[in-house]
Order: sequence, then structure tokens, then C-alpha cells
Amino acid sequence: METQTKELKFEVKKKKGFDVYTIRNDFPILQRLVHNKPLIYFDNAATTHKPKQVIETIVNYYSNLNSNIHRGVHYLSQAATSEFECARNIVKSFINARYDEEIIFTRGATEAINLVASSYGLTNLKEGDEVLITEMEHHSNIVPWQIICERTGAKLKVVPMDDNGELILEVFEKLLSLRTKIVSVVHISNSLGTINPVEYIIKRAHDVGAVVLIDGSQSIQHLPIDVQVLDCDFFVFSGHKIYGPTGIGVLYGKKELLESMPPYQGGGDMILSVSFEKTIYNVLPHKFEAGTPHIEGAIGLGSAIRYVQNIGLDEIFGYETKLLSYATGLLNEIPEIRIIGKAKNKASLVSFVIENIHPHDIGTLLDRDGIAIRTGHHCTEPVMRHYGVPATSRASFAFYNTMEEIDQFVISLKKIIKKFK
Amino acid sequence: MDEVDLLYQEVILDHNKNPRNFGELDDATHQAVGHNPLCGDHVEIFLKVNDGKVEDVKFKGVGCAISKASASIMTTVLKGKTLDEVKDLFQRFHNVLTSKAEEPVNTEELGKLAVFAGVREFPVRVKCATLAWHTLIEAIEKKNSVLTVE
Repeated sequence: METQTKELKFEVKKKKGFDVYTIRNDFPILQRLVHNKPLIYFDNAATTHKPKQVIETIVNYYSNLNSNIHRGVHYLSQAATSEFECARNIVKSFINARYDEEIIFTRGATEAINLVASSYGLTNLKEGDEVLITEMEHHSNIVPWQIICERTGAKLKVVPMDDNGELILEVFEKLLSLRTKIVSVVHISNSLGTINPVEYIIKRAHDVGAVVLIDGSQSIQHLPIDVQVLDCDFFVFSGHKIYGPTGIGVLYGKKELLESMPPYQGGGDMILSVSFEKTIYNVLPHKFEAGTPHIEGAIGLGSAIRYVQNIGLDEIFGYETKLLSYATGLLNEIPEIRIIGKAKNKASLVSFVIENIHPHDIGTLLDRDGIAIRTGHHCTEPVMRHYGVPATSRASFAFYNTMEEIDQFVISLKKIIKKFK
Repeated sequence: MDEVDLLYQEVILDHNKNPRNFGELDDATHQAVGHNPLCGDHVEIFLKVNDGKVEDVKFKGVGCAISKASASIMTTVLKGKTLDEVKDLFQRFHNVLTSKAEEPVNTEELGKLAVFAGVREFPVRVKCATLAWHTLIEAIEKKNSVLTVE
């Protein structure tokens, strides 16, 4: 009887639902003032803030666990190793990978893409082969491929997008051929918010025998990800965009692919034995994790993922969609504002330009009202070129933002437009 | 006055909206292009020097209010000055922009340029105010070049 009561209580607690004001209390930085105004942080696509649970995990690591991993026989080293590997397991479950060793810790999404480009790309690309990316890629999913194409003689092909910021799939189909060896596509555009139909892209790419990398830098914090359902070959993301620390990221790769790939960097931890005649590489995932890793980063990321799981990504996506449609509605009412990126499926960010006001002036003036947005080309210069603008202003929302903050933001924007009239 | 109002003074907003000497010079003797890749700002300076003195100057390009107003106001203060006087003025302008906000500004010495003293409060925007000037100096020192300011 007693057990039953306890279970019942637990269920009631779970059903409490999503409450943004309770959630905000978890984020110490949201309590601070900027220029004597309450901080309104709309730069979440650049980086997210950290809940106290993540901060406490890192403090606890240095206070109680600090040690090098995978080597020591002493207590601390074993405890730290166990936490580090537990974080790997959390990531594995979070994206539903098959095996723990399919999760490689990197410095971030950028390093993960460079790892795949260097290791898989250099080994498998030859002259006449093609790498397919899209017009809306972040520079980090353009430049590594340019470097590898230059070295191998492969060609880089680009899937264009339309003026709404949606990929033109008919052209994608035409560009796909047996020459296509790698398709590398952003899941959600960081400058437009477009959610790309990656399931379809992966399936079609596999039809011609290409491997697919999905850049999940902007999707991991907004959408539930199941790499087995997606069937992507590689999936990358950065920890700091999902409420975890900077300097830690993840490369997911299918085990058989990762096993076939040569190491990316040499050093400690990635070897089984070293002699001057021959070195034998370690097994996955260590083969790709040379040197002492970002231990507290990985553990912090594990804590961040636990935090997100506790709220639930369905809840998060639902609430963030409400923020997006509220902001879009208000901005559409201002005639001087043009929203850049009008895809049907969008994540919670709005890029916009204001007639005759440069984004940097908007950014500086909003900052004085305590509002942080991003202005510039967002490391997507081809996207800016598509729309014929040098830069945009971008407000990107997280689940800790509120409708009231969006109201304040719109009031500030109207003030700025008036000032420049 | 609030810091941000000091940055966006009426004069600056006016020059941003109605830039003076905007366009090209067909008979320019010196010319240079300047970029700020960080914000996508782009300015092109056309300079006509006659007998060691600035006879005419024009500019075109895209940029924020600060960079546009700075280019515009710059073109209004250069005419009749020797190239050494131009370089000297830029040096004084640059010194003020990179000085501490509490340091007094010699407005007499700077003339119209004193309006940019407020930029000191916004270190990330100093490049905006100096882009046109850097490009101008580049045009004087080396003909027909492309300058990138980071």
C-alpha cells in the first residue's frame, strides 16, 4: 500500500507541466541586470545559458573528482572515468545511438565535421567524386569540405534554396548521382531557422550510396533526435548550444564507419601500444579521442542533457514554437521590418532587417535596453548573399524566454525605428 | 545625455540619412576600398589631389550609421588640406577614439569630428568610425588598393 502511494505522488509531481517562471530560477545569469535593465537574452542560437544543475556538476567535479581518466588505478581517477563514461552513455541514450562507442567527444560541432572531413573524406574521396552541401550551411560545414575537396580533387556541389529559405529538393535530386560520396546538411539553419527535411535527404542520398552527415548544432536543443530512425551516418553537435559547457561537442558515427576510418589526431589515449616501429591504435571511441579530453565538459554536457530530458523536448519544442509565432506575429505588424527566412517548418529564431537601419546599430541600441541579439552574417555569408543583405539581426529563443520579454523587445525596436526616422 | 544618445547624436543620424559627397569621382587621383568583414561594412573612397592638396573627395558603400556618418563627415572636412594635414587629423581623431571615456576631448582641435567622441564608450564600434579614415589613408599611401579591417 505504501509503495503505491509513493508512486502516485511521483506521478502527480511529474504532471505539473511546463512553467517558464520556475525554469528561469534554475538559470542564475537570468537574474542579472545589463545596463541597469533586466537581461533579455535572445542570442540562444549563438550559445545558451547554463542551469545551476550544470554549474554545480562542474563545481562538484573540481571539488571532489578532479583526476585524469582512463589511466589511474587510484580512486579519483576511477571515479572521474566512471562519470566521463556515464556522460557518454547519457549522450548515447539521448540521441538513441546503438552503442556507447559510437559517441566521440570533440571540442564542438566544428571539430566533429573536420574530423569526418579529414578522416573519412581524405580516405574515401578521389578525383571526380562529389560532396554535396547546401546554400544555407554554416561556414563550419563549408570550409572543411572545401579543404578536403582541394586536396582530393573531389568537387563541392551546393543545393540551392528558395526565397523562403527552403531547400529546392528538385535540384537536390538532380545534383545527386553515383559520383556523390558525401552529403553534409544542416538540420536547422542558424541564420534562417529552417528545419530541413533531413529524413528525406538521408534516404535519397543512401539510394546513390553516399554517406550523410547531419549538422545538429541548432536541432539538438529543440527537437527529439533519434539517429537510428534518421539513419544518418554521422550526426554532430556542440554542448554549449544545449545548456552545457563550451569546448565540448559530439560526433556520432555508425560503428562500422568509425571503425573503418583512420585516426584524426595522434597522441595518448588513442593507442593500444606504441613503439618506433609500429603503433597499434586503440578501439572506439578512444581511437578518436587523443590526449586528455575535456573531462568536466563531457560531464557537464551529461548534466545538461539530463536537465533537458527532465523538462522534455516535446514540451520544449511546443513552448518555443509559441514564442516563435508570437514574435513573428508582432514583427509582421511593423511595416519597416522584413523577416528573412519564412520556411513552413521553423525553429524558434527570427532573422530580420529594418529599412535603412544597419543591424549593428540595432544591436547596439537593443543592448542598451538589456536585450542581447546577434547581428552580422551569422557565419553564413552565402545566405546573406542570397538575400542581398550584408547582415541581419537575429533573435533566437530558448525555453527560458517569455512572451513579456518579446513584448519588451518589440517596444525597443519601435523606439529604434522612430529614432532613425 | 545618455551614453547611447551621445553615440547616436542628431548630427550622426542626419549624415547617415543624407550622406554628403556620396558617389564617385571620375577624375580621382587616389582610390581605395575598405571592408570590415565582421559586420559586412564596405566603403570606397575617391580622392582628387592637386598640388599636394585635397581638391575633392567622395565616397560610396554600405555600413552602419556610425561608419556612414564618419565617412560623410570626413569628406566635409578634408577639402583644401595638405596630405600631411589629413594624416595628422586622422591621428588626432584616432587618438581620441581609442582614449579612455573620462579623458577630456579637445573639441577645438577636432572640429566637426568631435561628435564621434561618444564612440569611446562602445569599443566594438570604434572600427566602424575609423573604417573610412583607414581607407582614405590607404588611398593616399598606396593607389588602388583593397583594405580589410578586422
